[in-house]
Amino acid sequence: MNKLSLFGLLGLVIRRDLLLAMRRRADVLTTLIFFVMVVSLFPLGVGPEPDMLRKMAAGVLWVAALLASMLSLPRMFSADYLDGTLEQMMLAPQSLTMMVLGKIIAHWMLSGLPLVLIAPVLGLQFDMSVQALWVLMLALLLGTPVLSMIGAIGAALTLGLRGGGVLVSLLVLPLCIPVLIFGAGAVEAVNSGMDAISNLSLLGAFLLFALVFTPFVAAQALRISME
Amino acid sequence: MQQAFKLEVVDLACERGDLRLFSGLSFELAAGELMQVQGENGSGKTTLLRTLCGFVQPIEGKVLWSGQDIGEWDDNYHAQMCYLGHLNAIKDELSAIENLQMSAGLAGFSVSESDAITVLRRMGLRRKEHLPVRVLSQGQRRRVALSRLLVGDSKLWILDEPLTALDVGAVGLMQELIGEHLSNGGMVIFTTHQPLQVAGVQTRQLALS
Amino acid sequence: MRLAINWFKYSAPSTFYGLAGKLIPFFAWPAAILFAVGLYIGFFVAPTDAVQSEAYRIMFIHVPASILSMFIYLIMAGYAALGLIFKTRLSSMMASALAPTGALFAFISLWTGALWGKPMWGAWWVWDARLTSELILLFLYLGFIALQASIEDPRRADRASALLAIVGSVNVPIIYYSVQWWNTLHQGSTIKFSGTSMHVAMQQSMFTILVACWLYVIAISLARVRSIILERESNTQWVKELAEAK
Repeated sequence: MNKLSLFGLLGLVIRRDLLLAMRRRADVLTTLIFFVMVVSLFPLGVGPEPDMLRKMAAGVLWVAALLASMLSLPRMFSADYLDGTLEQMMLAPQSLTMMVLGKIIAHWMLSGLPLVLIAPVLGLQFDMSVQALWVLMLALLLGTPVLSMIGAIGAALTLGLRGGGVLVSLLVLPLCIPVLIFGAGAVEAVNSGMDAISNLSLLGAFLLFALVFTPFVAAQALRISME
Repeated sequence: MQQAFKLEVVDLACERGDLRLFSGLSFELAAGELMQVQGENGSGKTTLLRTLCGFVQPIEGKVLWSGQDIGEWDDNYHAQMCYLGHLNAIKDELSAIENLQMSAGLAGFSVSESDAITVLRRMGLRRKEHLPVRVLSQGQRRRVALSRLLVGDSKLWILDEPLTALDVGAVGLMQELIGEHLSNGGMVIFTTHQPLQVAGVQTRQLALS
Repeated sequence: MRLAINWFKYSAPSTFYGLAGKLIPFFAWPAAILFAVGLYIGFFVAPTDAVQSEAYRIMFIHVPASILSMFIYLIMAGYAALGLIFKTRLSSMMASALAPTGALFAFISLWTGALWGKPMWGAWWVWDARLTSELILLFLYLGFIALQASIEDPRRADRASALLAIVGSVNVPIIYYSVQWWNTLHQGSTIKFSGTSMHVAMQQSMFTILVACWLYVIAISLARVRSIILERESNTQWVKELAEAK
C-alpha cells in the first residue's frame, strides 16, 4: 500500500474526471455545440456586414465562451455530490484544496480547452485577421481557466440547491467581468494596431491570482454546503 | 506509533434546521468495541454519525479522537477512519475495480489491481470485477461500496445502514468482517434496522430519543 | 468562560432585539429632519448652475446614494466575514439586513444617474464608468440576496453568502479599475464637476443628505435585523413571551 503524494493525488483526480467524461461524451459535446451555435447566431441577428462583424468578433466570442462555461459549471461537483463521492473526498486525510484544483483543471480541459481550440474557426466566420486569431486564442487560453476557477466557487456554493444552474450564473457572471474586458480588449488592441501584451499580462496575473486563492475558497464553500 | 485509540464524545448537542435533535450526549468507544446507535426515524442517527465524521459542526460539546478534537479537520483522524453513508459513492460508468482503486486513491493510497480483485472476491463479486457498476444490482453495488472498508487500515468504521439491500449471505459476511475488524483492535459504530450480531462480541447500544 | 460563550451565542440576539428597538427612533427622526433640511437647501438655497441649469440638482441624491451603495457592500462583507469567522449569528443577521438597503441605494443611484444623463448627454443611459460599476455592484447585491433566499437552512445561508460577499469585495476594486480602463479606452463620457466651482450651499446640501442617508441606513437595518431575529428565533422561549409576538 503506497501513500500518494499531493501531485499524485492531483493527477488521480484529473485522470478520474477525464475518464468519467470519456465514458459520458455527450456532456462535453453539448457545451461545445452551444458555443458554436451562440456565436453563429450573432451574424443572423445583426446582419452580415464584414466590417461590423470584424469589430464585434472578440466580444461575441468572449461572451459566448462565458455563457458556455456557465452552462457546464453545475456539473463540476453535482455528480460527485449526488452519489456520495464528495463526502468521501472531504473525509480524505489529503488536502481537499488539491482535489478541488484537480477537478477545476479537469473541468477546464473538458469545457474551456475545446472552446480555445474551436475559437479560430469561428473567428474566420467573422473575418478576423490571422494575427487577431492568434491573440484571441492566447487570451482564451489564459482567461478560460479563470472562468473555471471563479465558477468553481459558485458551483460549490450552490451545490444541491433548487434552480442552482441559473443561480450559479447570477453569482459568477459579475465576478467574471474583468476577464471579459481584458480578454476582448486584447483582440481589440491588435485590431487597432496596438500591442496586446498589457492585456495578456493582466489576464496572466488574474490567472495566477485565481490559481492561488480560488481552489482554497471553493474547498471552504464545499465544506459549508456539505454541512 | 502504537497507542490506544479511543473515540470520545463529550456533552454533544446537534440541531437540524431549528430542531434540537439531542443534547448532552456523552460516550466512549475503545478498541475492539461495537456500538449500535438506535432510535426512531428522524431521531438524529445520521446526524450523529455525520458529526462524528466532522461534516457537521456540533452546536455544543466536542468529539475527541485519542484525546484530540476532530474539529480542526485533523488529518490524523481521517486517515484512521472510514465512513460509509447512505450513498454508495461509486460511479456507474466505472468497473468495480476502477471504483475501488479510485476511492482508495481519493483516500490517499494506491491499491494494485490484484489486491483489488482479492478484496472484491472476498465480497462475493467474483467475475463481476471488470463489469461497469451500472449493470450490477443494488445489493452488488452495496458490496462494491463495502469493499472499501477492506482496503486501507482504518481503525474506526462509521457505518450508516450498512445492510441496506444486502441478502442473507452478505449480511453474514458483514458480521464476519466486523468480527475480524474488532479482533484486530478496530472499532465500529453503526446504525441499522436489521439485527446484526457478531459472535463473541457484546454490542453496545446507544439510544437516541 | 463556557457560560460567557453561551451567553454570547444565544442571548445576544434576544438582548439586541430590545436595544435595537430603543435605538431606532434616535436614528430615524434625525434622518427625516436632515433629509428635509438637505432637500430644502438643495432645491431652494443652492443657486442655479451656469452650465447644467436646474438639472444638476439631482446630484444631491445621486452622489450620496452612490457613495452609500459602495460603502454598504463593504460593511456588509465585513459583518458577513465576522459571522463566518467568529460564528456570531448577530453579525450574519446584520449582513442580511444591510443587503436590501445596499441594493436599493445602488438602484437609486442608477435611476438618478439616468435622469441626470438625459439632459446632460441626451440619452437615458450612457456607458459611463461610474454608472457601469454601479450596475455591476447592483448585480453583486442581487447575487448575494438570491443566494441567501435559495438556501433554506439559515446557518448554511449565512455562511455561503458570507463567502460570496468576501469574494465579491475582493473583486470590487478589480472590477472598478477594469471598468475604468475599459471606459478610457473607448473614450466614454464622465460626469465632471470640479470641486472648486461648487457653491457652499451645494456642498452643504450634499453633505446633509449624505448624513441623513447614513442615519436612515442605520435605522432601517436595525428595524430589519429585528424582524430577522424574530423570524430566526421564533421557536425560542423569549420570543414566545414577547408581547408584540403574541
